[in-house]
Amino acid sequence: MTMHTQPVIVNIGPHHPSTHGVFRMRLTMDGENILDVEPVIGYLHRGSEKLAEERHYTQVITLTDRMDYVASMTNNQAYVLSCEQLTGITPPDRGLYLRVIAAELQRVVSHLVATGFFLQDLGAFATPLMYAMRERERVLDLFEMLCGARITVSYMRIGGVFQDAPGEFWPALRRILDDFPSFIDELEDLISDNEIVRSRTQGVAVISGADAVNASITGPVLRASGVSWDLRKAAPYDVYDRVSFEVPLGEHGDNYDRYMIRIREIRESLKIVEQCVAQIEPGPVRATTAMLFRPPAGESYVPIEAPKGELGFYLVSDGSIAPYRMHVRAPSLINLTLLKQMLVGWKLADAIVSFGSIDVNMGEVDR
Amino acid sequence: MSPLEENHIFSGTYGFVTNTLGGPDWLAYGMGAVAVIMIVVNGFLLIGTLFTWMERKVVGRFQSRVGPNRVGPFGILQAIADAVKLLFKEDIVPRRADRLLFNAAPIVMLAPSLLALAVIPFGRGSYVADLNIAVLYVVAMGGIASLAVLMAGYSSGNKLALLGSMRAVAMLLSYEIPLVMALLGITLLAGSMSMVDIIEAQHVPFLLVSPLGALIFLIAMSAELNRPPFDVTEAESELVGGYLTEYSGMKFGVFYLAEFCNVVLAGALFAILFLDGWEWAILPSHLWFLIKVFGFLFVASWVRATLPRMRIDQILTFAWKYLFPLSLVNVLALAVETIAWPDPSLGQLWIMVAVNWVIAALAIPLLSLVVDLKTPARAGRRVSPVEEAI
Amino acid sequence: MYGIGILKGLVVTAKNLLRKPATIQYPEERVPQASRFRGQEFTWFVDRCTGCASCAKFCPLGIIRIETDPNGGNEQDGGSYRVDVFDIDQGRCMYCGMCVEACPYDALHMGSNFEAAQYRREDLVINVEVLKARDKHPSTWYRPQLEREKFDPFEGQPKEWKDAGRENPFWHPQRPEMLPDEGDTRPTANGEYK
Repeated sequence: MTMHTQPVIVNIGPHHPSTHGVFRMRLTMDGENILDVEPVIGYLHRGSEKLAEERHYTQVITLTDRMDYVASMTNNQAYVLSCEQLTGITPPDRGLYLRVIAAELQRVVSHLVATGFFLQDLGAFATPLMYAMRERERVLDLFEMLCGARITVSYMRIGGVFQDAPGEFWPALRRILDDFPSFIDELEDLISDNEIVRSRTQGVAVISGADAVNASITGPVLRASGVSWDLRKAAPYDVYDRVSFEVPLGEHGDNYDRYMIRIREIRESLKIVEQCVAQIEPGPVRATTAMLFRPPAGESYVPIEAPKGELGFYLVSDGSIAPYRMHVRAPSLINLTLLKQMLVGWKLADAIVSFGSIDVNMGEVDR
Repeated sequence: MSPLEENHIFSGTYGFVTNTLGGPDWLAYGMGAVAVIMIVVNGFLLIGTLFTWMERKVVGRFQSRVGPNRVGPFGILQAIADAVKLLFKEDIVPRRADRLLFNAAPIVMLAPSLLALAVIPFGRGSYVADLNIAVLYVVAMGGIASLAVLMAGYSSGNKLALLGSMRAVAMLLSYEIPLVMALLGITLLAGSMSMVDIIEAQHVPFLLVSPLGALIFLIAMSAELNRPPFDVTEAESELVGGYLTEYSGMKFGVFYLAEFCNVVLAGALFAILFLDGWEWAILPSHLWFLIKVFGFLFVASWVRATLPRMRIDQILTFAWKYLFPLSLVNVLALAVETIAWPDPSLGQLWIMVAVNWVIAALAIPLLSLVVDLKTPARAGRRVSPVEEAI
Repeated sequence: MYGIGILKGLVVTAKNLLRKPATIQYPEERVPQASRFRGQEFTWFVDRCTGCASCAKFCPLGIIRIETDPNGGNEQDGGSYRVDVFDIDQGRCMYCGMCVEACPYDALHMGSNFEAAQYRREDLVINVEVLKARDKHPSTWYRPQLEREKFDPFEGQPKEWKDAGRENPFWHPQRPEMLPDEGDTRPTANGEYK
């Protein structure tokens, strides 16, 4: 005797404690199993690309902070690199090293947030989240020392970095570099071998390498599927060709691999910061203190390896002090396109967890 | 004299009514009984609310933050503040709800925990009744809680609440069996189902004598109580409400209270059945009982702070494929030992301890190797043409 | 063996139980702030301001409104405009510091406060009287002269207008007691400060 059931459409609405930002999913479900996924985005659209057309190149930096608001330094870096390609300014070495230090610290912060919320979605009742936030606070204190703000930093400028690091920055950074590896070990002890985490995330929401490449997925999601592509190695910018680090690779492309890749990337980022601290020399940090730039007409696009994937700002200049057109290649939006393929066939409980494992930031998706 | 008449509160009230007020016998008996019940029930509910505060503080400390600390000294009035807030909220009954069942469900949830209090001894000689089927009585009361969950889900008039409650009932029923098996082992060891007899039979605490039983009891009880890592019913309320969706105001407060009171009751059971109740040296028996109960509550909070949630199909697989065979192994071992040594002396008890620990250490890994706990999670996929084009 | 990972997790949580909690009980305790913190309560030296309105031009949000009078009366070298209206809408300000970065005369500095909440949106707009009357506790953001002398915006004495700028204070004719070999504190051609 079979029961006649009909599929139900469940709306996981934009206001939700579990979805990372205002994201709406309409799931068609048969009991517990998901049959169809329809993501609805646009709830955080602020018109950044249009606003950028009416602001100077330097003022647009404040706009770029607010796109991926969890990782502002890398947003700044991508934009500033694109401007430098337009104007042809080369920053001094110390500025480049400071940029890389800031960007790698930002990567640590972003991955901590991603991991913390991933485990929160799994139901670990906020404990790993609290530990991640506690350590994140220390890095944000470093950012405050550096540029006065913790989240929307506006630290980078065209031609280098905004200001040199103050004297108290280096000992504080040293303390963090000494303490962090043991904290990451502790986090791994808490989670990585946990049978419950493994049984809920291994083999779930698998993306194969070929599918990922076909869908233009980049970042940790791509590397978890086994494709070795990291823009810091493939097309090095700033001083990434002067530091040595590994690019962690996953095998299966499931949720567990995506989580493990981020943990390993945190360790690699700390290694990069160590090498930069060893290699940095005193000197100017900024090629010019001008605030108005009038680049020659042209276009530029410099992609960087942001914590969420490949981030690039496509700038078109017509010779005036504001960009004629700015378009952001947001990694979160493009990584979202495979959501349906990932989720169909799994259960409702896995939907939120899988969505969290892609590490999407709605500020970037909607701009 | 029955234990009730030995009770000071009862006899004091009885004497007060008969002698001072000059009332009839039945009234004195009634007033005495009411006095005892008031003290027991209110004390229990007070400890339940205290546990809500304690959990928030303890879980906060595990997460390296301070729990509530603004409302009273150490935030102890937070529990009262929560209750007052719930009293002020609007009591909404959905139009499609079945009113009688909807209103009755919270009561049916709370009443069995209070009823089960009748057989719990809080200290030497401090109990309302000494049933000789006390363990069975408590298990039966626990079963009524599943009924309350089903009532709540059905009467909400919400398809998704019904779905959540059916899932919760499936989980509750599946874990009854390992729970009962663990308690069966205890009954075999003690030779009686009465709580007082079990405490007196524990010359060596049964936690040591039957470690498998204790472990199974802990896991099965966590599932019965909807505690992490088995809290699908309350946490699936991320997405779908679960059986509590349509409840608001004090009805929700009663469910909330019932859940925490059930944990305290489980702690009391664990203390009696496995930790030798109110027995130990030096300190008075009531204090020992409280200490043991709070020990269990601490461990429950610890587990809550650490472990993530399991998915419902994993929970059911775990119960039927792993816990149930393990509990059978436990009962078999204890039955053989009880036949071998029907009235064990202290030395024989320690031999049983050693044997049982070896069996536990062997059974847990071997069973996990033999049993395949992978669940067929990926149900049939329907591929859409858009996806095929990708 | 099934369960080892769970036990490891329990041990980690127990270790954290024994650590001191990381909570800072606001408002009794304060989080230690960096001296470069970009906060509210803009510090404005009316004696240094010439009314050039670079700050208003560079604000990305356009929330600064300046109205000046060229027959000013500011008795400074070179003469300057008198600033009649200087409105900053703090309700919309994002504290990015572009205005402070743009000011050529070091007249406008960021503040270090974050507790200037008001009950009405209109009260968040500060005007020239409020700016003139405030105690001067500038943040050291983009003011290396303040950082060099390790000025603490929280505990330090309020600044005088002559001490807040990056030029050599010896230039001011009323300060002959400054030693002549203080060094040239103007920025060099590529924007760096020595």
